[in-house]
Amino acid sequence: MNSFSPRDEQDASAVIAEAAAKGTPLTLMGNGTKAAMGRPNQTEASVSSVGLSGVTLYEPAEMVIGARSGTPLSEIVATLAEKNQQLPFEPMDYRPLLGTKGEPTIGAVAAMNISGPRRIMAGAARDSLIGVRFINGRGEAVKSGGRVMKNVTGLDLVKLQAGAWGTLGFLTEVTFKVLPKPERVSTLLIRGLDDVTAIEALSAALGSPFDVTGAAHLPAPDRLGARTLVRLEGFSVSVDYRLNELRRLLKGFGTADIFEGRGADALWQSVRDATVLQERGSDRAVWRVSTAPTKGPDLVARVATTIDAQWFYDWGGGLVWISTPLIGDLGATVIRDATKALGGHATLVSAPDSERSRIDVFEPQTDAVTMLTRGIKASFDPAGILNPGRMYAGL
Amino acid sequence: MSIAFPKPDEAVLSRRSEILAGLGRLVAPEALIVSEDERRAFETDGLTAYRQLPLAVVLPSTTEEVSAVLRFCRDHGVKVVPRGAGTSLSGGAIPQEDAIVLGVAKMNRVLEVDFKNRIARVQSGITNLGISQAVAHEGFFYAPDPSSQLACTIAGNIAMNSGGAHCLKYGVTTNNLLGVTLVLLDGTVVQLGGDYLDSGGYDLLGLITGSEGQLGVVTEATVRILRAAEGARPALLGFERVEDAGACVAAIIAAGIIPVALEYMDRPAIQICEAFAHAGYPLDVDAMLIIEVEGSDAEIDDMLRRIVAIAEPFRPKTVKVSQSEAESAAIWKGRKSAFGATGRVADYICMDGTIPTGQLPYVLRRIDEIAKSYGLGVANVFHAGDGNLHPLVMFNTNKPGEMEKAEAAGEDILKLCVEVGGCLTGEHGVGIEKRDLMTYQFNPMDLEQQMRVRGVFDPGWLLNPAKVFPLEGRFAA
Repeated sequence: MNSFSPRDEQDASAVIAEAAAKGTPLTLMGNGTKAAMGRPNQTEASVSSVGLSGVTLYEPAEMVIGARSGTPLSEIVATLAEKNQQLPFEPMDYRPLLGTKGEPTIGAVAAMNISGPRRIMAGAARDSLIGVRFINGRGEAVKSGGRVMKNVTGLDLVKLQAGAWGTLGFLTEVTFKVLPKPERVSTLLIRGLDDVTAIEALSAALGSPFDVTGAAHLPAPDRLGARTLVRLEGFSVSVDYRLNELRRLLKGFGTADIFEGRGADALWQSVRDATVLQERGSDRAVWRVSTAPTKGPDLVARVATTIDAQWFYDWGGGLVWISTPLIGDLGATVIRDATKALGGHATLVSAPDSERSRIDVFEPQTDAVTMLTRGIKASFDPAGILNPGRMYAGL
Repeated sequence: MSIAFPKPDEAVLSRRSEILAGLGRLVAPEALIVSEDERRAFETDGLTAYRQLPLAVVLPSTTEEVSAVLRFCRDHGVKVVPRGAGTSLSGGAIPQEDAIVLGVAKMNRVLEVDFKNRIARVQSGITNLGISQAVAHEGFFYAPDPSSQLACTIAGNIAMNSGGAHCLKYGVTTNNLLGVTLVLLDGTVVQLGGDYLDSGGYDLLGLITGSEGQLGVVTEATVRILRAAEGARPALLGFERVEDAGACVAAIIAAGIIPVALEYMDRPAIQICEAFAHAGYPLDVDAMLIIEVEGSDAEIDDMLRRIVAIAEPFRPKTVKVSQSEAESAAIWKGRKSAFGATGRVADYICMDGTIPTGQLPYVLRRIDEIAKSYGLGVANVFHAGDGNLHPLVMFNTNKPGEMEKAEAAGEDILKLCVEVGGCLTGEHGVGIEKRDLMTYQFNPMDLEQQMRVRGVFDPGWLLNPAKVFPLEGRFAA
């Protein structure tokens, strides 16, 4: 297999233009830490962003950072931390779940729209992504958006690139809006709630004026071990005030203990990275399901009465992580019957290659949306050479 | 009057009665407006210098009617200009003589409110403020708040990706929209998203938002609603120099504070607003900031104290911290009347570029020079947190040639915004107003990629076709 690591935009453009002329399908990648996600695609050649590295713009006072797409996420995080800032959307680290090593890139965070618990408050990666440069399937260098956060000039191709998994272009540079790091982070922890009650508590917290930035429920085999988490961030005085108010608001649900420091940070990291559910080496499939928060427990009930499932909730109940045994269709039918009935969508995040080529990784679309999806794909990549089949068969 | 419209299609004009008859079979009689008098009400929008009388106006009541009308127009090659309340400042809803206007204003009901899941599902003709009013009894609101929120519809907000004064904290329309019912030109009804976060597949919802009525017509929307903060209060800071105000904004953000609103006014804007609103603004400063924070009383006090302390090294000449609702209202009254007050002293055009905030002193100096070079005055109001600048270029309609000068000055200002790393429009949209400037921000490859995507939805350029893309060099996809 040929692998290319272009050093700059022109270089990338030339590689892709040549592949387009020859009709050579390309796998687009960063460091490959998430190569085991999406539908497996087999191509003769790959193009990696690792040769495109480095922060190109950082203006802390304007809360904006731009970087070449192959820049390690860790470098972005460290650069921001020097000025006490952070990526608002708390991107998940997939390595523990997938059992991979290497450096995730900022380009992949954009291309896969990777977010974490703070998504409920601060938006997803797509909400903070304000500019992209990419090479389309013709080999043309195209830009959309820019470096300012308020910009409605022309069609928003930035949003299309976020979450397109490289099927609409090879990202060469990405620009994100950033936020200050909070002075203090604190978590209220309630024990022993069942799923329905826990989600009610989280809804009450999220429907309060107290700016909750994390809302998760971690069930346990023994209900007494279940933990419900509500996170607050900000200036210390303000966090104190809101902790008190929330405790009062939630007192009908049980005693809320305040949980802070390293242990609390580690717990939120395990929520973000879904390692609460399982770590590598497990022989189970992992699904990520988005639905309306109060429908989360119903969705789980439908699944768990049919198959041997384990689960936890983030986003106040609206994000359900489910693991299922590697048998049959890994629960695809029962999970997607539930999303169809309740509204939402399910992504098969982790399963062996053979399973991910057999089972729809992304939620199947309606005919009308499929038509639009195919049209858009062709408008960026008429020869179908960019990550073919990574999201949907034949796309 | 320098913006050109495409030449009307004579064949369509000559078939007018046949087209009206066809439309008449699709919608209720009262939904079809054909008389010249009644059509006049739709000949322009917020960009009133430009007017075009449409073939007809259709105001459907259901998604099915919208679908039937669009399919008919596609089949008969009739152009369609979608319209919400017609408040666009960029001419996004201005008709064409050979087009029908398809207005959603009659579809204005709230369909569902779900406080536990924090969403509201509405028909797209509801006003922006109408959503907030429908959820206010539980202390909730819909966050994007364009200054036309009393009149503008959520359909128009989605088409323009509208912002407002509070987007530094809450984001713009695209960050608060979860789902839409979209009618495509061929009449197909598509559901995008729903009452949950982040749809699978391509982000079509994100693509539709800000597409200025060129990809389809939105008839229903699901939006996020938020619980309002316990309270909000502003502080007003006046500075002798523009640079000091700019540096103060940077220092506030560097301290980790994200105010819910951070508004800047320059000397002419202060003078004009104070004369009109008697808000107690300082008349001896070159720059003024209104900085609002939210929370409980104690939290607000704490935060405003921090802000005043941060401002200290920049030697503010005026420091006024609101202690009551009445004082807050007075501080906001001047800013909120900026457009109306300016309209009292002159005709004006309101520009809408965004700049990197660090460029503010340079950009304001250059704007002043540009206006002077045309012999015109300019007042600047500015969302200082996000870089969205609204220069009001003042002129006198009764003086021949002055409006053209104002348009030329406006063009120079927007080009300046692009030169310093910003963009042509932060929240008003391209419309016809900035259409011919698109080549300053985008190169041919950028624009062709946008037009190819547009072509997936409307290959024949029937949906709002006079807008957004320069008339020259259009791509048939």
